[in-house]
This record gives sequence, structure tokens and C-alpha cells, in this order.
Amino acid sequence: MDYLLSHEDMQAFWVTLKLAAITTLLLLVIGTPLAWWLSLRKTWYRAVIEAIIAMPLVLPPTVLGFYLLVAFAPQGIIGKTLNVMGLAPLAFTFTGLVVGSLIYSMPFVIQPLLNAFHGVGRKPLEAAATLGASPLDRFFNVAVPMAKRGFITAITLGFAHTLGEFGVVLMIGGNIPGETQVLSIAIYDHVEALEYQQAHVLAAVLVLFSLILMLLLYSNNRSRAILPDDV
Amino acid sequence: MMFEIRTRLPRSGFDCEFDTRLEARGGYAIIGPSGSGKTSLLRFIAGLEKGCNSFLTFDGNLWQDDKRGLFVPPHKRRIGYIFQDILLFEHLSVKDNLHFGKKRAPSNGAIVAGYDEIIELLDLQSLLKRSPDALSGGEKQRVAIARALLTNPVLLLMDEPLASLDPESKNTILPYFERVTQHLDIPILYVSHSLDEVTRLADHVLYIERGHILTQGAMRETVARLDLPLAHLDMAGTVVSAEIADQDNQFNLSILHSSAGTFSVEQLPYPLTTKVRLRINARDVSLCRELPTDTSILNCVAATVIDLADDTQAHVVVSLAAGDEVLLARITRKSAHTLGIKPGVKVYAQVKSVVLMH
Repeated sequence: MDYLLSHEDMQAFWVTLKLAAITTLLLLVIGTPLAWWLSLRKTWYRAVIEAIIAMPLVLPPTVLGFYLLVAFAPQGIIGKTLNVMGLAPLAFTFTGLVVGSLIYSMPFVIQPLLNAFHGVGRKPLEAAATLGASPLDRFFNVAVPMAKRGFITAITLGFAHTLGEFGVVLMIGGNIPGETQVLSIAIYDHVEALEYQQAHVLAAVLVLFSLILMLLLYSNNRSRAILPDDV
Repeated sequence: MMFEIRTRLPRSGFDCEFDTRLEARGGYAIIGPSGSGKTSLLRFIAGLEKGCNSFLTFDGNLWQDDKRGLFVPPHKRRIGYIFQDILLFEHLSVKDNLHFGKKRAPSNGAIVAGYDEIIELLDLQSLLKRSPDALSGGEKQRVAIARALLTNPVLLLMDEPLASLDPESKNTILPYFERVTQHLDIPILYVSHSLDEVTRLADHVLYIERGHILTQGAMRETVARLDLPLAHLDMAGTVVSAEIADQDNQFNLSILHSSAGTFSVEQLPYPLTTKVRLRINARDVSLCRELPTDTSILNCVAATVIDLADDTQAHVVVSLAAGDEVLLARITRKSAHTLGIKPGVKVYAQVKSVVLMH
């Protein structure tokens, strides 16, 4: 093990896992009510919100990272606010990484949830209402179970996408081993230092991990086959 | 149980404006052309649409009064709603679908029917463990009815419950609907555009056209009114009450007595004096001035012309009084002219076939 993964590499591995897990969890907590609310009514500002959430899909991560870095700086909006509240600055901290990842991975969680809630549609909820279910009851006992596949997709994509984060982390996280150094950055460092052997191992770990996640995702999403099994 | 309904429901094309009181007892059919606002009325009553300047009371319960800003949400109205597209919860088994409503039913108030009675009425015992997607359309609709009844509702709303079913399923499920309307003491508003369903299930009819209530009244009288479109539908016809008076075992016929006269029908496996309802379609009735002899048609009753109205360019519809019953006959304008059909004229109505209902 020592030979395959150095102590620093192991640390990068755990930081990455921790970052992905916390980000996914927080995104579910924020994203579920947001997606539910967006799916309920069609208002002019829904398009605006959806567009903003989708921005990380098209922007280079460095652009996102750059703006975050500016905002995190002591003179930046977030930096100033934190300073006033007597809190430590976010740049080059793990918390900063989490904030960055939340924005970076948001569309990958919200979009599947939004699609799933749209797929459930208004009708089963109306049926539940006539059966005596209150709005909250309808959400937990009809909308969520019927949107189950959407939740699994959201969790898998949110987690996997955060695993592969590079640009944003590079801009705001720096490269502090055990604190903000994630796998993708560690690989970059190894390559820069011409340590191809270590880079190979870490890259393989990421490939394997991502493959397993995608396998989980697609085996869940495999809709019923058109032909029966024995044909 | 009195309904008071006042609302305006904006729609593309035209607004629905309803302002009516009606006595909801037994089966109440809401009938009218597609897109005339029947479903909108039902959704308004259930609280799924709010409308403008609305006021709604049912049996002493104030459900909506916009002037006072009062609105009882759907889940607190205790209304059973049967949707056209059925809407069972696919993530739950049949049994859990039934329990979904039962668990949330208020414990106070009279019980429409017990669990076992409802399962029995709709014949669901063998389906309980199945998943909804393993059921046929007709079976799903039976589950949906039971699920609605188990919420112990004060009112049952049915929005074209047979529209999404194929003709065969329709025929197998209609008897269940008849059982529900006959066995349970609960007012039912039933949206339909099938005269067949209406004559089977409803005592009263509300006719809606382009978002307005054209008329409301007893089903038997309304379907026979020549000034309404109902008497001019292809399936136009009226309902006659009768009872089994005799069994003709030699020719396998049952002899039915009604105030309109005697009808012979294919033998029924029921005891004497069993009450039955017959539907007689306008297109199956022909008229003669003299009592016809040497004819293959067995059923012929004496009647008096009440009125006649133009139907198609070549046809007229004639309404006839036969005893206490009303019959409709669709005949050609030429025949009406030749026979001198006008109000008060005595005729013989030959009935080619009757549809039996229970």
C-alpha cells in the first residue's frame, strides 16, 4: 500500500471523498425544496433561476473559480461579510472548497430532481389531495417516492461530478495536502513532477471509482425493456 | 343534500359560468359535448380549481366563499374523486393504494361502507397483493373507486370514469358502477357524454353547453325533451320501468309488464316480479296508424304523439306518451308526413329491440 499510494495521496483520496459526500448531502438538502418549488408553478422568473443554476454547465471552471476567489478575498463580498461576522476567510480552506463545489455541482443535482418532479406531474398529487393528503403529506408520500429514480440520479451525478472537480479547486483551494488537495490536483502535481507511476495509480483509482458509480446509475435507470427477457 | 354553486372559471375560448342550486341525491349526471366545461365544474367542486368570485356550499358545509376569503383545501373536503385517467399510485401495491385513502379518512361522521363491504362490492379480494401496473384498465378503475370510497367521503365525483377503457372493459365494469350507485347512500356527480351510462346510473341530469348549464332535471324527462340535443343523439332513447310478469319457456322469452304495455324479451334468469329497467332507443321505434298484424316484431304498444321536432334533414324525432312512460321514435320526415303525425294523434309504436338494465 505504501508503495502504491503515498501518505499524501491517501490524504488527497479522503479529502476528495469527504468533499464529494458533504457537497452531495448539502445539495440534496438545498436542491430538493428548490426543485420542488420550481416544478410547482410556471412563473417568469423560473426560467431565470433555472438558467442561473445551469450556468456551471457551460462556464469554464476557472471562470467560476476566479469569481469565487474574488468574492472570498478580504475585500470581496463574501470575505467582507465573514470578516464582519468575525469568521475566518474561506479561500484556501476546505469550507471554501465545499462552497465552490456546491455551485459547481448544483445543476447535476437540481436538474434530475426537477425532471423527476415534472415527470410525477400534477395529477397524482391531485389524486392524493382528494384522498385527504395535505401538501406536506403529498410531497413525502407521493412526490418523493415517485421521483425515486431522479433522486438516485441526482446523488450519483452530484457525487461523481464533485470527484472530478479540478478548475474551481485549483483557483480557490490551492493545494494544501490533507486540507484542500484533492485527487485531480494530486494527479496534476505528479505529472508536473514527472512522477508518472503515482499519477497512473491515482488516475486508475478515479477511473475505477467513476465507473462503479456510473454502473450503479445506469443499472438503476435501466427502464423496462421493450422486449420480454426470453426473446 | 343541497348544493349551491357560483363561479366563473376562465378558460381559453370561453369562460365557464355556473350559478345553480341542485339537490344532490343518488346519481347526478353532468352531460354535454366534449370541452363544454363538465370536468371544470367537477374540479371546482373538489377544490382543484378556484375560479373567480366563487361561492360553494354542500350540505351545510361552506367550501368556498371568495367574498370572505374562505377556501377549504381539497384534502379537507372529504370528496371522493374518480379521475378519467385513473391515477393509482404506481409505487404502491393495490392494498397500499386502498390504505392510502383509508389511513387519512376522518374518524368522525357516518361510514359510507366498511372495508370488507367495499372490497366485496368491487370484487377486489384477489387483486390486493398485485401491483397497479399488472392490472387491466377495468380492474384499475375498480381499485380507484374503492380507494375513493374508503376515504369515507360525503360526495363522490366521477370524471368520465369509463372514457379511458376499451368497450369490453366498459361492459364488465358498468355493473360495478350500478352496484355502487344502488347499494351506497352517497350522492354521486357523474360526468359523461355517453347516454348509455347516464340512463344506467343517473336519476338526475345536468346538461352543460359552452360553459353554461342549459338545463337540469329528472333523467327520464330530460332525455326525452325534444328541445335539447339529448333526444337528437345517435343513441337517443328513453327508459321504461317494468317487472317480470311471466316466463315463456317454450320460446325462451320473458314477458315484462310496464305502464306502457307488455314487452317480450330474451328469457331472463330472474324470478317473477323482479323489477327491471329497459332502455328503448329512438332509432329502434317505428310508428303505425293501425295495429300491425303479421309482423315479426313482437313488441308493439299503443301511444299518443306528444310532439315532434326536426332531427336531420330527412328525419324527425317524435315523442310519445305510452301509459306513464315516454318513448322517442326517429322516423323519416316523409313517413311523418304520410302518417299525419302531429300532437294528439294516436299511433302504435313498434319496438324492434330493447336494452335491458338492472
